[in-house]
Amino acid sequence: MQRMALSFPEEVLEHVFSFIRSERDRNVISLVCKSWYEIERWCRWRVFIGNCYAVSPMMVIKRFPEVRSISLKGKPHFADFNLVPEGWGGFVCPWIGAIAKAYPWLEEIRLKRMVITDESLELIARSFKNFKVLVLSSCEGFSTDGLAAIAANCRNLRELDLRESEVDDRNGHWLSHFPDSYTSLVSLNISCLGSEVSLSALERLIGRCPNLQTLRLNRAVPLDRLANLLARTPQLIEFGTGAYSSEIRPEVFSKLSGALSGCKQLRSLSGFWDVLPSYLPAIYPICSRLTSLNLSYATIQSLDLIKLVSQCHNLQRLWVLDYIEDAGLDALAVSCKDLRELRVFPSDPFALEPNVTLTEHGLVSVSEGCPKLQSVLYFCRQMSNAALITIARNRPNMTRFRLCIIEPRTPDYLTLQPLDAGFGAVVEYCKDLRRLSLSGLLTDRVFEYIGTYGKKLEMLSVAFAGDSDLGLHHILSGCDNLRKLEIRDCPFGDKALLANAAKLETMRSLWMSSCLVSYGACKLLGHKMPRLNVEVIDERGPPDSRPESCPVEKLYIYRTIAGPRLDMPDFVWTMEDDSEFRIS
Amino acid sequence: MSPPLLVAEEEGQSNISTVASSPSLDSISHNGTALKERNYLGLSDCSSSVDSSNVPNMSDEKKDNMNLKATELRLGLPGSLSPERDSDLYASNSSKLDEKPLFPLLPTKDGICSSSQKTVVSGNKRGFSDTMEGFPEGNFTGNSGINVMLPRSSGPQPAFMKEMPAKVPQERPSAANGLSHNHTGTPANGSAPAAKAQVVGWPPIRSYRKNSLANTSKNNDEVDGKPGPASLFVKVSMDGAPYLRKVDLRNYATYQELSSALEKMFSCFTLGQCGSHGAPGREMLSESKLRDLLHGSEFVLTYEDKDGDWMLVGDVPWGMFIDTCKRLKIMKGSDAIGLAPRAMEKSKSRS
Repeated sequence: MQRMALSFPEEVLEHVFSFIRSERDRNVISLVCKSWYEIERWCRWRVFIGNCYAVSPMMVIKRFPEVRSISLKGKPHFADFNLVPEGWGGFVCPWIGAIAKAYPWLEEIRLKRMVITDESLELIARSFKNFKVLVLSSCEGFSTDGLAAIAANCRNLRELDLRESEVDDRNGHWLSHFPDSYTSLVSLNISCLGSEVSLSALERLIGRCPNLQTLRLNRAVPLDRLANLLARTPQLIEFGTGAYSSEIRPEVFSKLSGALSGCKQLRSLSGFWDVLPSYLPAIYPICSRLTSLNLSYATIQSLDLIKLVSQCHNLQRLWVLDYIEDAGLDALAVSCKDLRELRVFPSDPFALEPNVTLTEHGLVSVSEGCPKLQSVLYFCRQMSNAALITIARNRPNMTRFRLCIIEPRTPDYLTLQPLDAGFGAVVEYCKDLRRLSLSGLLTDRVFEYIGTYGKKLEMLSVAFAGDSDLGLHHILSGCDNLRKLEIRDCPFGDKALLANAAKLETMRSLWMSSCLVSYGACKLLGHKMPRLNVEVIDERGPPDSRPESCPVEKLYIYRTIAGPRLDMPDFVWTMEDDSEFRIS
Repeated sequence: MSPPLLVAEEEGQSNISTVASSPSLDSISHNGTALKERNYLGLSDCSSSVDSSNVPNMSDEKKDNMNLKATELRLGLPGSLSPERDSDLYASNSSKLDEKPLFPLLPTKDGICSSSQKTVVSGNKRGFSDTMEGFPEGNFTGNSGINVMLPRSSGPQPAFMKEMPAKVPQERPSAANGLSHNHTGTPANGSAPAAKAQVVGWPPIRSYRKNSLANTSKNNDEVDGKPGPASLFVKVSMDGAPYLRKVDLRNYATYQELSSALEKMFSCFTLGQCGSHGAPGREMLSESKLRDLLHGSEFVLTYEDKDGDWMLVGDVPWGMFIDTCKRLKIMKGSDAIGLAPRAMEKSKSRS
């Protein structure tokens, strides 16, 4: 092997490597031998860091000197559901500071669940002359002032995507900071912003950017201005409306309809806040072209939804509220044979009684009718093992399956049994399943199935399930490809965790909250596993002030080569690999 | 929505015990004194949106301590009351104790941890109370103000759950029945069914989605009197506190509820100021120490409205407040002095 490796000149290898885009493959290449490691690191252009605390900025910079694109993820996924207290971490500032100096030619920054300040945005705007892409997904800590700096300074900016971030939205003036000479915008997503942006500035902006492909407006953009906007950008591929309601005026309707039809490349629609159903027919002419439709803010009822989706024969992705009901999903199953991804969100998650007729039946229908369906997120109130087994048999090509039965620990509504068999069938039949979220009444048995069959599983979310440590043990010992495990409110404790400590180094992270892991076990784990950060999150005060057997509130364990982090707030303690703890 | 906070008349001993499930705490049963909403500052009718009918709804059906569980103080973020608790109340005749509660606020059966409960007791006199005229001294027995003020944690499972794994699945189906009983039972009382008490972060829906649904349904009138569907999360910061919190304003119907919840939520910071925060100590504040601290450092609740101005909380009707409040801040009283006149002017110009 060494002879072969040396027989190619570096340039050739480098050229070959340039065709390898996936980070994982790149990582593997770099392990072949030292010279490959060297060659590869000098031509690594794109770095993806799934946990910003797994490695330090200096380590990245030292290894990869020529990076043009960096992606970072910060907080644990459960932060999306308010389980991670504010101030936990994910501060990107040190990263920006370091890469501003090290990578003057950086073009892309993509952040997810991180805290970024206006100062950092300003630093980005000043530091990277060729900056092109800024994606802030579920981020927070910045205001529209920071956006103004980006707009004003990044001459080559192509993409500004604020998806689902929490922005301190002071006003809409920031958009006017794009200079008149700026024409390179390709993608703009401001759907999370609350304030009105100046519509005339927006119109001028998109009018002078001939390469604009994606435009996702925010709710404040009124319906009657859409036609003008669309008229200036007929090459648009993805479009998100603002509020989709207005007084009924025929000319607004016809202008909108005409403008939409004029966008011949339009494939994706979203937005649709405050939908007035009488404006829906404006979309009908383009339905057949649509591949992606996000109606998850649209409170349209089933009949209107049926009329709409029945015309979307090329639909691949649908996000919708449960107003679609089983009847709508039946229609979907008939009309949308190319469907790959379905997400059904609850319209009234806290109601005691179901407000719509959306049951397991709808999902079964879609699983039967849509042969390419591989990604599902489904909120419902009842489920049965029979339905899950049917779905699994219908769709062995399923890769992502997230089922949320709204009431925790709900059993099979027909048999009153746990849903072990149903989810067991999902992991058994869907051999390529990569992501799974469980809900309903579940015993240790389901974890046995998952450990046995879930060999490709990479991410597992568990809530209110299981009976004992055995459940956790099955997961950790059985799921060979597990990278992310997040658990809440399950009776899993020390034994399984300690017995599978080595497994944790093969994973990106483990989150456990409201479980039974004791402080003593956390300390032990932290002590024994120096390459893990074992973080205890406890708002009751220092864990030392309670007995060691006392369960911790929340636990976040992740592998790292950067040692314990230094930016922890007062309610987070890292279990150190420290002789001090050795004695107790 | 979670049951609104109950404050009993000042005359009665009216100590509301927080978690009745812990055997080591004295549960003082609610003596059934009439529960009255207090007008904050005695000014506007803040109670307009209060549906106190929700309260008797729960309490009528139970007895004694069971009552209390339903009417316990609930804080900031939803997350204190689990659905299972309701079934606990209904199915209490059988020996279901061993499978519930599944979301105790305290690590209940584990007596070891209970030591932490007793030592921190919320003072009777609250910093906020001082700034709210006409507000009765809320008498709370702190069960560990600490645990109770943790809205996010639904508490660890009781240790015994591990010991009887076999039993639990069989018992659950009846619990589930108990649950459905519960849900159909409530409307029978003639009032609108209270929305189920919420567990933190469940169902797993992002806040922006919940807020978006809230805004949508505000625009469409709710005709049938169903409680407002979703949440209205705003950030709460406190001078000197290391981190922010988020509260769901829809969980409260009056200023009083909100401020009590915030007091509990942030009392860990006031503790931290004179306690050994961060250092491995076993000292916890005694009740009197805490009282002294809160006396000394008066805190004032302020909010930033849609115009970006900082106002004292309480000067507008509750409904208007939640419409305009963007974020909350607990300031030292001394810092907030300048706010009062402006707030008055603003409310004058509004009315």
